[in-house]
Amino acid sequence: MASAFDRIAEIIAETSDVPRENIKPESHVIEDLGIDSLDFLDIVFAIDKEFGIKVPVEAWTQEVNSGAAPAEQYFVMQNLAARIEELVAAKGG
Amino acid sequence: MRLEYFQMIDRVLELAPERITAEALVPAASPVFEGHFPGHPLVPGVLLVETMAQAGGFLLLSRLNLSRMAFLIGTGAVKLRSFVGPDTRLTVTATLVHEGSGFAVTDAAITAAGRKVAEVKEMKFSIQDFPAPELAEAMRGRAREVGLLKDQNS
Repeated sequence: MASAFDRIAEIIAETSDVPRENIKPESHVIEDLGIDSLDFLDIVFAIDKEFGIKVPVEAWTQEVNSGAAPAEQYFVMQNLAARIEELVAAKGG
Repeated sequence: MRLEYFQMIDRVLELAPERITAEALVPAASPVFEGHFPGHPLVPGVLLVETMAQAGGFLLLSRLNLSRMAFLIGTGAVKLRSFVGPDTRLTVTATLVHEGSGFAVTDAAITAAGRKVAEVKEMKFSIQDFPAPELAEAMRGRAREVGLLKDQNS
């Protein structure tokens, strides 16, 4: 089984115009990869299906907008992958 | 249907947690038919897509107990299988595919006389707070008109 990072990177490459090789662990999904909100929703839909979870995008956005969490915590690829792994683990547990 | 007011759904026939069936009667006359097309009136395909989107929207509004609004933001594959003219009774179904955080996805289809005339896969909706109280009230009014609220506390 590929890592969460690889599976998410594949989803982003398939869903958007970003070449797979440009998607690195330190890539910021919005600032570096240029994913807009509509493409990001498609990506989240694909992640939800791929991992059988419900990515809490609204809660994340609220945390970032209120200053409770830095955007990097959710929107840098390696951190996004870690959050997804946590959600999968929470579902399984 | 009141095509020129974008009121596509006339009444809800069946409502389940993940599926809605509704009825839409194409009017005998509408200004829309004067342009689309002269001498050969047809419901524009985009309005059939809108009809399916409104069925999906009502399903989502019901799931949200009308606390938030569903805005269409995209669709997957659309098939318009046959022409739809005036005075046609349409049955519109929408089925929940996925409910995410701040968005939802439905499939939908339209049949006439038991024959499928249109279908759409993966209509995506952004779920947002009502941006204006007038819109919230208008949607509650429409929900009552089409019978969406008959089994709920309105």
